[in-house]
Amino acid sequence: MYSITASGLVVTYATSGIFNFAHGALGMLGAFTYWQLTVAWHVPPLAALALVLLVVAPLLGAVVERVLIRRLYGTSLSVTLVVTVGLLLALIGVANLIWSPVTPRVLKPFFPNSLIHLPGVNVSAHQAIVVLVSLLVAVALRVFLARTRTGATMRAVVDDPGLVALTGTSPARASQLSWALGSSLAALAGILLAPLVTLSILTLTLLVINGYAAAVVGRLRSLPLTAVGGLALGLAESYSTGYLGGDLPNLLRPALPMFLLFVAVVFLRDTRLRAGGRIVGWSPRAVGLGESVRWSSLLLVVALLAAALAPGGLVDFLSSTLAIGFVLLSLVLLSGYAGQVSLCQLTFVGVGAYVMAKVAPGGSAFGILVVVPVCALLGVAVAVPVLRLRGLYLALATLAFASGMDTIFFLNAFGTGGAISVPRLSLPGVDSNRGYLILLTLAFAAGAVGLLSLRRSRVGRRMSALNDSPAACVTLGVGVNRTKLGVFAGAAAMSGLGGVLLGGQEGLVSGNDFQMLNSLVLLLILTIGGASTVSGALLGAVLFSAFPIIAEHVSFLSQASLLLTGLGAVSIGRNPYGIVGEASRRFAAARQAGRGALASVVIRPSPLRDGVL
Amino acid sequence: MRRTTTLSAPSPVDGQGDEPTDPALQVHDVSVAFGGVRALDAVSLSVQAGQVTGLIGPNGAGKTTLFNVITGLQTPNAGRIVLRGRDITARTPVRRARMGMARTFQRLEVFGSLTALDNILAAAEFRRGWARDGSDPRRVADDILDRVGLREVAGERVDGLPTGLARLVELGRALATRPSLLLLDEPGSGLDGTESAALGELLVETSATGTAVLIVEHDVELVMRICSTVHVLDFGRLIASGAPSQVQRDPAVQAAYLGAEGGSTATGKGVT
Ligand SMILES: Nc1ncnc2c1ncn2[C@@H]1O[C@H](COP(=O)(O)OP(=O)(O)OP(=O)(O)O)[C@@H](O)[C@H]1O
Ligand SMILES: [Mg+2]
Repeated sequence: MYSITASGLVVTYATSGIFNFAHGALGMLGAFTYWQLTVAWHVPPLAALALVLLVVAPLLGAVVERVLIRRLYGTSLSVTLVVTVGLLLALIGVANLIWSPVTPRVLKPFFPNSLIHLPGVNVSAHQAIVVLVSLLVAVALRVFLARTRTGATMRAVVDDPGLVALTGTSPARASQLSWALGSSLAALAGILLAPLVTLSILTLTLLVINGYAAAVVGRLRSLPLTAVGGLALGLAESYSTGYLGGDLPNLLRPALPMFLLFVAVVFLRDTRLRAGGRIVGWSPRAVGLGESVRWSSLLLVVALLAAALAPGGLVDFLSSTLAIGFVLLSLVLLSGYAGQVSLCQLTFVGVGAYVMAKVAPGGSAFGILVVVPVCALLGVAVAVPVLRLRGLYLALATLAFASGMDTIFFLNAFGTGGAISVPRLSLPGVDSNRGYLILLTLAFAAGAVGLLSLRRSRVGRRMSALNDSPAACVTLGVGVNRTKLGVFAGAAAMSGLGGVLLGGQEGLVSGNDFQMLNSLVLLLILTIGGASTVSGALLGAVLFSAFPIIAEHVSFLSQASLLLTGLGAVSIGRNPYGIVGEASRRFAAARQAGRGALASVVIRPSPLRDGVL
Repeated sequence: MRRTTTLSAPSPVDGQGDEPTDPALQVHDVSVAFGGVRALDAVSLSVQAGQVTGLIGPNGAGKTTLFNVITGLQTPNAGRIVLRGRDITARTPVRRARMGMARTFQRLEVFGSLTALDNILAAAEFRRGWARDGSDPRRVADDILDRVGLREVAGERVDGLPTGLARLVELGRALATRPSLLLLDEPGSGLDGTESAALGELLVETSATGTAVLIVEHDVELVMRICSTVHVLDFGRLIASGAPSQVQRDPAVQAAYLGAEGGSTATGKGVT
């Protein structure tokens, strides 16, 4: 099963060169369409299967390729990352609109009552079918890619699209085909998976995401290795259930795929892994100290006015916005300044909130003294194994960490179905909502001014240098590891602090609030705002809390906000700099043109790197 | 370009016990293969302090690969790199840089989001960080701006600069670490006649203070003018070494360039 979803992923990646984070959602959509056909509309299973696998899913894949993906060829990795993650969320949003998550649905396994006895384990007929189908898919794919003309073209596309075009076959068609095929394979995996678990939008999406591990074992290129990875993953899962009793394995088992993903990403020796892009192409000039203090003061004045005059609802809204803005600042540091992708920032936020609730239930400010080092250490712990990774692989590793923490920590530590209450910092004057707003404003303003000063400082130059050219840093005698570790630690500590602030604002937080998918939303919303700017963080936070995304329970997914977020992120495909980035880019361009200082000024992300010689 | 002598003195940080007679750099029998391609085939050469040394050869000859091996970005399949008498083959690029090696890149590796000044300043700060020599990075950077002639564009982001100027930024950045061995990969491409003349003058000046300069350059006229010694690579092999005039007359060199001329005419200019 894992090998089916993973081979779909490998086929699209190998042909189009774009890692499809939305793969999981495509699989989920396939399963739900199948349910719709068979259960709701009583179409015979075989016909439904054919309809989904041969018509609906391929069509969806092809349309996605045509509309979204084709524009992305040759753009930076971060753009493709954001767009496919956006697609993932958008598809989940669509599914939520069509199939309300409140209604329970069941998809029956194929041949429900038969068991097959093998030495050691009993397998159901359904499981046997799954294994058979995986083998079949693996063999068929191999034959298709190795023996047919179209297959050969698909393999060739990623190496040299120009050359393929010369032979008279369209590379665009080949990559469209690969997306159709990938989508169909995802759907197949979804349909086979669904009966084994509940037919839930999130569960299914996440399960298909587990297949990413197998794909990474295959280095995103090799189908046989991918199949081996899928097999190993499946075996490890069933044997951990079969042989290890007790609570601990049950606790850890769901995290196994993500553990494997993490290990695979970290330990695979592949030069391609080093390749990677920057998360943002355009970082506006650093604002001077005076200017940043002036803006912060303005913000503070607005907050004071609001605290004094605004109705309670608005005060709450502003407080949430600023708390999230503070969290986003940590991402500005990590992604915007230092160029490190992180899909796990909310994990640190959650840990921060949790630690605060445990060590300082009364809200003593000393709690912070525990939260900050704990989160910083956790950040370092994540950063150490992923130091040599960039771009896609860093994204995958942090995704694995976030997802692993979901299953191990957030689903358990908060108690069953439980939320814990996070205390507000008990400082003089902040016992009311209005007082807390002022505290949050101060925190955000301090964070913003601090970040901007950092950016202008020696450390800031060093981070930019690291982001722009690790190779140059190394040949100038500066290793990149220490800087990276520092940035990860700092951002994690900031996020933890953000967790304290946010937790205090919300009062009750549950583990679900910090799930991996929400981390994705967070990164997307920042990218929409403008990843490398403090003002982008503020704008992102406004968007974020304007849609009620962080809610108590998963039910928030039923709202259209995910869809909107996803669509917004998808639009990054057109404008990779985010709102603030685009505005300042235009402004800078106009300024340059106005002065006419240099005849051949080109403003686009790092033209020097992809262009010359 | 203003003459400044305060900065250019090479100051190896890690250089105790060097023999004064050792060449700045020795390459011994270095070979590199990329799959089937022998990018370097048992190449040996040496570079003397206080001189500009040229490294020329047709496209794909292996010049950039040799630079990568010397700076440690590429591990050779065989051979040794010796810096001022010490074998550094096993050292990391960072260690090598701290021993006084700096380079520029043919495919630019500027810090594009920083200004020209900040690029140089960052390098000066790096140097101060590892050398702990108490130098004032701001002053160093300020001096270098004038030396490489980037004063006018000091405040411009480098990813908005034309290629030629961006190359000068890389040169300034390398100079800011005060290297004893400076490796330049086609620093002159993208510069016009006067600019490349000024570049030549700067390099001669830099070498006169004791720095060893090794330059890869397709502008053969420039190479012949400023270099004391020239090494010629062709298909990964060293086919000639010696004084410029002597190398220019070498039949093997002429054959290599004439052969390359069939494919690309730009390469062989000046060598006839
Ligand atoms: N990373 C690599 N992988 C595979 N082959 C490589 C790699 N780097 C260089 N080569 C090959 O090694 C040979 C030497 O390349 P190199 O870049 O060193 O030549 P060069 O002399 O610098 O050429 P140019 O004048 O064009 O800059 C070429 O055939 C090139 O294709
Ligand atoms: Mg070269």
